[in-house]
Amino acid sequence: MRLTPSRRRTLWAYAFLAPSLLFFLVIVVAPIVYAFVMSLFDWTLGAAAHRYFVGLRNYADILREPLFLRSLSNTGRFVLLMVPVTLVLSLVLAIALNSASVVARGLYRTVYFVPVVISMVAAAFVWRWLLEPSAGPVNYVLSVFHIKGPGWLKDPNWAIPAVSIVGIWRDIGFYMVIFLSGLQTIPREFYEAAMVDGAGPWQRFWKITIPLLNPTIVLATVMAVISDLQIFTQVWVMTGGGSTVPGGPLHSTRTLVLHIYQAAFRTLAMGYASAGAFVLFAIIFVFTLIQLRILERPFEY
Amino acid sequence: MMRTAYKRLERGYLPVLRPLGVLCLHLLLTAGAVIMILPLLWMLSASFKPLSEILQVPPTWIPKSPTLRNYATVFQQMAFARYIANSVIVAAVTVVCVLLTSALGGYALSKFQFPGRDFIFIAILSTMMIPFQVRMIPLYVMVYQVGLVNTYAGLILPGAVDAFGIFMMRQYIQSLPNDLIDAARMDGASEPGIFWRIILPLCGPALSALAIFTFMWSWESFIWPLIVTNTEQMLTLPIGLSKFSGRYLTRYDLTMAAATVSIMPVLLVFLILQRRFIEGIALTGIKG
Repeated sequence: MRLTPSRRRTLWAYAFLAPSLLFFLVIVVAPIVYAFVMSLFDWTLGAAAHRYFVGLRNYADILREPLFLRSLSNTGRFVLLMVPVTLVLSLVLAIALNSASVVARGLYRTVYFVPVVISMVAAAFVWRWLLEPSAGPVNYVLSVFHIKGPGWLKDPNWAIPAVSIVGIWRDIGFYMVIFLSGLQTIPREFYEAAMVDGAGPWQRFWKITIPLLNPTIVLATVMAVISDLQIFTQVWVMTGGGSTVPGGPLHSTRTLVLHIYQAAFRTLAMGYASAGAFVLFAIIFVFTLIQLRILERPFEY
Repeated sequence: MMRTAYKRLERGYLPVLRPLGVLCLHLLLTAGAVIMILPLLWMLSASFKPLSEILQVPPTWIPKSPTLRNYATVFQQMAFARYIANSVIVAAVTVVCVLLTSALGGYALSKFQFPGRDFIFIAILSTMMIPFQVRMIPLYVMVYQVGLVNTYAGLILPGAVDAFGIFMMRQYIQSLPNDLIDAARMDGASEPGIFWRIILPLCGPALSALAIFTFMWSWESFIWPLIVTNTEQMLTLPIGLSKFSGRYLTRYDLTMAAATVSIMPVLLVFLILQRRFIEGIALTGIKG
């Protein structure tokens, strides 16, 4: 039996798709289903390994646990601090670099982008030292201006800002590049027309740049929120080490992912930890929906 | 001068400012750039100082008594070469797997008509919303059950396919003209031949952007290697560095030298390929 050409092509399409689909089923789809099943069980590994079906009890437990709620509010604080600061700074930077009068634009772009390629672990250790309260350079510089620097990572009230600095420092260059490519798509005629009509720089910024850049801003905001909701590495590095449990002092920097990690790989409560991971997913899902809703809005020049 | 200014205007840059404005703009941009680089210069300078000089107030910029002792100690105490090799192996294999699955999958999903195509595409896309933390616990259990804990395969597997990569390659290949494929078919080229000799060579820019993105992602990944490795020989660079510096927390001389060494590989590659890097990020970053 000979295959018709279109049949043959269909078979080839499946053949081309086979490797991705196979991997996809094994490392994406199966684990997601598995995770959901786990979250419905009291599923513990280790010496006292057991699994009992408990329905939604893990979810009820975790949403009532003070330490989890603390992690949730800490994560919210991180997002509320890091996202606006990062985005405002990178937008200002992109707009400045986008000005035609900038000489050596490429050089600036490269320099601001350097932190993006610096390993987060290395950067976090460097900042851990820079923010050292007594001998660290940051508090020294502050003391030159007669400001008494805070205890940063040692002070529960300052630990979140201290950990946030690394992320902000590393992300500015990334979002700057995103905003720059958004700015390049705004037709120059708009600015010319506005200038002919006598619009000043402020007006041009609020009436042209911001509205036309809106899709990029929404996109960048959602990307930043989603990635900062998963903050882990810098907390691990800056508040852990030695015999200290990361997330301190006094749980002031314990985040959602840290809580999930500790539950799964310290106490081996896999079911409970999976429920925590689905709570994180639910939060991320809400932000994704917001993004889709806003970006779907009809958009006119 | 005028001409370049005009050309820039044409490309959509903002209008030219007056001289005073230009000066202020450059002063601010330079100040910002210095602040961004200062932490790295500080790290570099501290890595050549003895601990006593690092802790001295006021701090010194240029080491008064420069020493290479920190580096010597770091290389003695820390299996740097091994960590870097592990990271390179994991990242390289991950990149090859992701490029291959993404290009093949993207080609099938864009240039073929077959039942279930749209369903498969939407299913793949929708998994992009699900954070890795959901998969990480069952993945660990699965990797444990098949005995891949603390192996390269175990390190690589969870990142071997990327929904975003498939999406990106699909969009890119869709923009390539169908005539090329039809003409090749007329000439009797085999289907794998068309993919390998016609589609793949045209995907250069998208593939290199995806390669850089995937490499950086793998190089930086922290939580999975932290979970799945348990011996010194299998640690990747971020985990090795975090274990080492976690042990010598207050030895800032050693932690700064270790940090300097560990950022060098990627920093050098970036400085050589910076255009590609930044454009790649701009291309892959906008995953809308």
